[in-house]
Amino acid sequence: MLRRWFTGLWRARRIPLAWLLLTRQPVRLAVALAGISFAGILMFMQLGFRDGLFDASVTIHRLFDADLVLISPRSTSSVSMAGFPRRRLVQAMADPAVEGITPVHWNLLLWRNPETRGTRSVLALGFEPGDPLFTDPGLAPKAQLLTQKGRVLFDQQSRPEFGPVARWFRQGRTVDSEIAGKRVRVAGLVSLGTSFGADGNLLTSSETFLELMPNTPPGSIEVGLIRLRPGADAAAAVERLRAQLPDDVTVLTKQGFINFEQDYWRTSTSIGFIFTLGAAMGFVVGCVIVYQVLYSDVSDHLPEYATLMAMGYRLPDLLGVVAREGLLLASFGYLPAYAAGQGLYALVRSATQLPVSMDPSRSTTVFLMILVMCMASAGLAMRRLADADPAEIF
Amino acid sequence: MSPPSAARAIAIEGLSHWYGTGSTRRQVLQGVDLQVAPGEVVLLTGPSGCGKTTLLTLVGALRQVQEGSVAVLGQQLNGAGRGSRQRLRRSIGMIFQGHNLLRCLSAEQNVQMGADLLPGLGYRARRDQAREWLRAVGLGDELHKLPHDLSGGQKQRVAIARALAARPRLLLADEPTAALDSRTGREVVELLQRLAREQECAVLMVTHDPRILDIADRLVRMEDGRLQEDPSHRPGAAAVYA
Repeated sequence: MLRRWFTGLWRARRIPLAWLLLTRQPVRLAVALAGISFAGILMFMQLGFRDGLFDASVTIHRLFDADLVLISPRSTSSVSMAGFPRRRLVQAMADPAVEGITPVHWNLLLWRNPETRGTRSVLALGFEPGDPLFTDPGLAPKAQLLTQKGRVLFDQQSRPEFGPVARWFRQGRTVDSEIAGKRVRVAGLVSLGTSFGADGNLLTSSETFLELMPNTPPGSIEVGLIRLRPGADAAAAVERLRAQLPDDVTVLTKQGFINFEQDYWRTSTSIGFIFTLGAAMGFVVGCVIVYQVLYSDVSDHLPEYATLMAMGYRLPDLLGVVAREGLLLASFGYLPAYAAGQGLYALVRSATQLPVSMDPSRSTTVFLMILVMCMASAGLAMRRLADADPAEIF
Repeated sequence: MSPPSAARAIAIEGLSHWYGTGSTRRQVLQGVDLQVAPGEVVLLTGPSGCGKTTLLTLVGALRQVQEGSVAVLGQQLNGAGRGSRQRLRRSIGMIFQGHNLLRCLSAEQNVQMGADLLPGLGYRARRDQAREWLRAVGLGDELHKLPHDLSGGQKQRVAIARALAARPRLLLADEPTAALDSRTGREVVELLQRLAREQECAVLMVTHDPRILDIADRLVRMEDGRLQEDPSHRPGAAAVYA
């Protein structure tokens, strides 16, 4: 059945006029494809950066072993977390669905580069070494090293400006440094990843954390992790906790906690706008180039189009030719843009440690934008076809 | 069964045509009557600007008829809409002063653009027909050349092949020899006449070229938008151009 349909289609095929119009003018085709690819690369980069930055803002958030998260309503983002009474987290234990809790201290502290002695802000998390913090089971044995006072686990993915901590540590050297003016020793390395707000991360025990931050009010924490019993309804648990707990604490699901952070960067900063605007500019540039190419192509061939109409071809036949030209340009312009996008993403990943990669939804978005770009330009160029009057060619 | 006009390839009665509007309105055709039988070769001569080309575009269903009756291949064109005129054009072959070939297509592909208009034929059949037509016009060895690489006479022969490939029942030609030297022009027109005869296709040809008048079955002269039959003309006889 399908085979017969294909044979029928094969039999009915005609001279591929759109293809020949494009390929018999290689210079014009090259200009068009270069323009479309450029627009595509621009869109890939801008949207990639935007999504990468939003993604990067929650690298730590994703790691937590939690179903629900308590934060202070005064917290606005990971770079300005406010404290709330630790008591609230203990109260949450009373709920039948709650299996376990982990209180977490969270703040940006000044880390001294052990090599250059310069200081830089690092995200420090403090927790009880016996409590589960991340879903990664590799953390628990390392966490035991933190029971000794003044020890920290350093994130080896931190930016190099924090000093050659990971390299020194792997070489077997004892790495001592200062946080907030107090002496600490690196007890081990973990792999977390940088985020928007923090170029580097380190983990320490609550005890050490409070020593580094002596002004923290007693019994105050910044983040409370709640784990539910298997099969428990997270949404219902959130509802119950919201009803039970006073309003000096906000109850979120883990996804809600991630959204809370991303929303901050999306709405309270100009990042989203800037990169979306960048992508829109690529789109416009591409439109202009494709329109120019198709318009001059139609203009140059106007007498030939008129001849075809005189021969009995219908206007829709000719519109179809221009539309197919647009379609071909979109497809062939997209491929180099996709390849270049992959390469540039790899470059960005290695240079900035931002989690930028070619995800299917973005590559589809960019393809659709290129398609819209080419078809809109083709549609505008088609208006020129109305000038093809077969009566004028005699 | 069929109306009387169906017996004729072209039946024109009282055709008048104007260009422009208001004070710039100018009459180019005044009460033209013309009959062309199927398979007949009619040559239309006359000074430039006398309305020959206008008559050709009206018969070719490229322009809206304003006044009078124009029946082409049995179809009345006065009042015919865009769609029906476009469908009729598929049965009319046209050959222009310039060759008007598609520059990006090879000779074979150009001819196939004509053959592609035939309904119900597979790609292969249409391509083979295109090749046959090119062989018929003596270009069997130039199938894959672009118009750019062909001489003027060869291009005009490709145009003839393209017009005939759609199996028209009427062929309209507007000074097909204008861009050719006399010997090539003569060859092209003879070829055109022979092939049209074989297809029983009527031909209406506008020409200024006195050397080709003898190929016509009938000679019609136009002056100031009016037609005059040239009774002195005998098919095959060497015509004396006045």
